[in-house]
This record gives sequence, C-alpha cells and structure tokens, in this order.
Amino acid sequence: MLTRYFALHVQNLLGAVGRLTRQPFATLLTVLVIAIALALPGGLRVLVSNAEALSGSWESAADFSVYLETTVTEERARALAAKIESREDVAAVVLITSSQALEEFRQHSGFGAALDALGENPLPHTLVVRPADATGEVEALAAALREEEDVALVQLDTEWVARLRGILSLAGRLVDIASALLGLAVVVVIGNTIRLEIQNRRDEIEVTKLVGGSDGFIRRPFLYLGLCYGLCGGIGAALLITGTLALLGGPVRALAALYGSDYALVGLGGVEAAALLGGGAFLGWAGAGLATARHLRAIEPK
Amino acid sequence: MIRFEGVFKRYPNGREALSGVSFALEQGELAFLTGPSGAGKSTLLKLIALIERPTRGTVLVRNLNTARVPRRKIPAFRQRLGIVFQDHKLLHDRTVFDNVALPLVIAGFSHRDIGRRVRAALDQVGLLGREQHAPITLSTGEQQRVGIARAIVARPEVVIADEPTGNLDPELSLEVMQLFVRFNEVGVTVLIATHDHELIGQVPHHRRLILADGQIMADRAAAAALA
Repeated sequence: MLTRYFALHVQNLLGAVGRLTRQPFATLLTVLVIAIALALPGGLRVLVSNAEALSGSWESAADFSVYLETTVTEERARALAAKIESREDVAAVVLITSSQALEEFRQHSGFGAALDALGENPLPHTLVVRPADATGEVEALAAALREEEDVALVQLDTEWVARLRGILSLAGRLVDIASALLGLAVVVVIGNTIRLEIQNRRDEIEVTKLVGGSDGFIRRPFLYLGLCYGLCGGIGAALLITGTLALLGGPVRALAALYGSDYALVGLGGVEAAALLGGGAFLGWAGAGLATARHLRAIEPK
Repeated sequence: MIRFEGVFKRYPNGREALSGVSFALEQGELAFLTGPSGAGKSTLLKLIALIERPTRGTVLVRNLNTARVPRRKIPAFRQRLGIVFQDHKLLHDRTVFDNVALPLVIAGFSHRDIGRRVRAALDQVGLLGREQHAPITLSTGEQQRVGIARAIVARPEVVIADEPTGNLDPELSLEVMQLFVRFNEVGVTVLIATHDHELIGQVPHHRRLILADGQIMADRAAAAALA
C-alpha cells in the first residue's frame, strides 16, 4: 500500500516534469520570472552578509586612541602603557611615540615640508588600547582612562562601526521585506500559471471527476507541477546569483587590493542554496495549492 | 439496485425535467429508458450518477440513499458506477490504454492488475491490440467501445449509458447494444437511455421505461416486450 502510494507520487512528479518539457519555451519564461523573483532577495541577502563579513573583519575598529598631554615624556608614556595593559578589561596596548607618529604622518600626509617648517614635533604620544571585550561596554574603560592625569583625550573609534552595523541591520530588514513581497510574487506567478493549466485541462478534470477521481487525486498533478516550477526557479536563482558573484569577484578583488585588503566575496553557501531551492519548491507548492483550492471546485461535470 | 421514489427535478431556470418519477430496477436487470428528447432521460441518469440532486423525492442506488452521500464521498460513490456517455468523453492526449486504465488508477490498483484488467476490458469490447493507439485515430464506434471498456473496467455492479449509440450507424449501434446485453448476462445491472426505437426492437426481451414530460408513461416489462 505504501509503495503504491509512493509510486503514485513518483508518477505525478514524472508527469509534471513531462508536462514542463513538452512546452520548453513557455516553461523557460515562467521559470525565468520565478528565478529572477527569487534571485533578487537571495542576491541582496548574499550582499548584506558580505558587508557583515567585511565589518566583522574590522574588529580592530573597537580600539580606542588615548592621546597623552604633549608635555608627557616617553618614559612616563611607557609606564602608563604598562599600567593600562595590566587592567583586566584591556587586551593590549600599543604605544605610538610622538616621533613615530610624526614619521608616519610625514610619509602619508604629504605635509612633510610644512612639518619641517614647524621646527618642533606638535604630536603627542598616543596609546592604542584594545578592550578585552570589543563588543561589550567600553564606555567605563574610556571613562577610567580619562581620569588618568597624563591623558589629554580619549577617542572612541567605535561610533562609525556602530553606525555601519545599524545601516546593515536596516538593510537586512529591507531585504526581509523584499523577500516577503517577492515570495508573494512567486506564489502569484505560479498560482496564475497553474490556473491557466487547470483551464486548459478542464475536460480532463471533468472526466476524471465523472469516473470517481477524488479532489486529492485531481489536485496532486497540479501541486507537483507547482513544485517543479518553484524548484526550477530556485535552481535558476542559485545560478543567477552564482553567475553575478562570479562577474563581480574580479573587480571586488581589485578594489580590495587598492585598500590593501585580500578581501574576496563570499559566495552562495550550501545552506543558502538549499534554502533557495527548498523555498522555491515550497512557494510553488503553495501557489499551486491556492490555485487548485480556488479553481478545481468550480469544475463539475454537467 | 436503482430505485426512484416520487422524484422531482426542477432546474434553477425553472424548467421541471422530472415530475414525480417512481420505478425500481432490480439487480441483474437491463432496461431501456426511452422517450422523446427533452423528456428527462439525461436528467434521470444524472441523478443516478450524482451529477445532479433531486429537488424532491428519493433516489437509491445500490440501496444507498443518494441524498445521504455528501460531496466529498461522491468520488467513492462514482467509482462503483460505470457511466457511458454519448460523446465518449475520452482524453485525447492519452492512449487507449491510459483512458481505460483511469478508473483503476484512481482506485489505486497495482500496475500489474491494471494491465491485466485493461486488456480484459478491451478484449470484451473487441479492441485488444489497440492499447497504444490514440483515441483520435479510432473510428467513432471504436471510440465509443473504448468509453464502454472504461465504464466496465472496474467491474461495477451498475452501468448507466446516456445515448451510447447516438453518433453511430445502425450496424455499429447494434454491436454496442449487444455488448451491454453481454455485460447484463454476467449480472451487471444496466440502464440505457436511448431514443432509437428501431434499435430497441432489435434487442427485445428487455424492459422498457418510457419517459415523457418528466413522467414515466409506460413501464413495459420484459415479458410484455416479448409479446
């Protein structure tokens, strides 16, 4: 009984595949529409997760810079660095002496001649402090450092990272909304395709009802047809995203190289690809389910 | 097997197709339902197949009150009924085999049983060897026989036919009628609606229900038909 049940389902699945291949051009167009509708949210999601990966690699941005008074000597700066480093909530401290800072500034800013004209070094010693817990409360640590008598200014570099993360979570939310709307579009597209298919097979449905076909029996081929459309659309979407990423990969690497980074795009992972295929198949099944629930009942033998 | 008790059928447009029809068909009987077109023959058959429901009165099929069959149980009800249509109602995108096999596929028969039964049914209507043909390549008479094979393939106790010879010439019509007679001889209850009096004359010894203006005007038992 169970094997017969499965045999019937396999038969329905093969029947649906057969139906799709019988009209390759019409099938291709429908699948392409579904693929694009699925690829848009899928692709955006990949982009957002790429941006998240990128911002994640900027853990060092949680560091803060502690500028000392210009009057502080290098020995006192070293002592303070050692003192701060011994704190429990500090992971590491790097001392950038005023002369190191000047050298760096001279190299990168292009103001070398102007600096020479100043005669003396206007830059203070700087401590770059890395908190033990980059994501946690760093404000208390910053406040404690401000209390030190040699400290002129404590500058938190985390604000723009927080802003970027805010933007990314907003983008993520927008992608969620776009996913929901485009998912609905897929349901509608497949539902409409199935509705046309039902109309084309009106006679067949009527005859099947006359010889005792149950609603479930008549529905099943259409559900499998919807499933196949959705699955093919999911495969198409995965190919579109992978292709787009392949096209973007080269320029992105070149751009990253300009920033001195070896960053490369994160592609469509196995889980995401499976979600795309499974989601497509589910939406197809749902669209077909809605269409059959609405239109099959209306066809009764006369 | 089939029993009508004071059955009225009025369509939504106000036309009364049946006005108090009562008769009973016993198990193993073959009866012709005749009368001019518009007399209500098709309506009567539709009530048996639960394509329509009576406005008033009771229709019993296989001792089952059809009023007690809810919509979702109609498929199971029809599976135990063989129906032959004037226009065959074959599926033209499928082979003869697949057409005849449809009721068995619906009923969930195994692949092997389906093959065996379909060939047996096609053998009975004289179309063995034509399984893989498309219905459209067959003559009208052959298409009707495919329709008949489909009606009997699941071995129903009751077979109803609506003008099964409507599109056939006299010779083919007689062949088709003789098929029904043969089924009846093995115990199937058969009710055939037809307006072809000449044809009925060629297969006498059977009961005739004559319908006119939605009422049974005459019920000539088999014996009377003999006389």
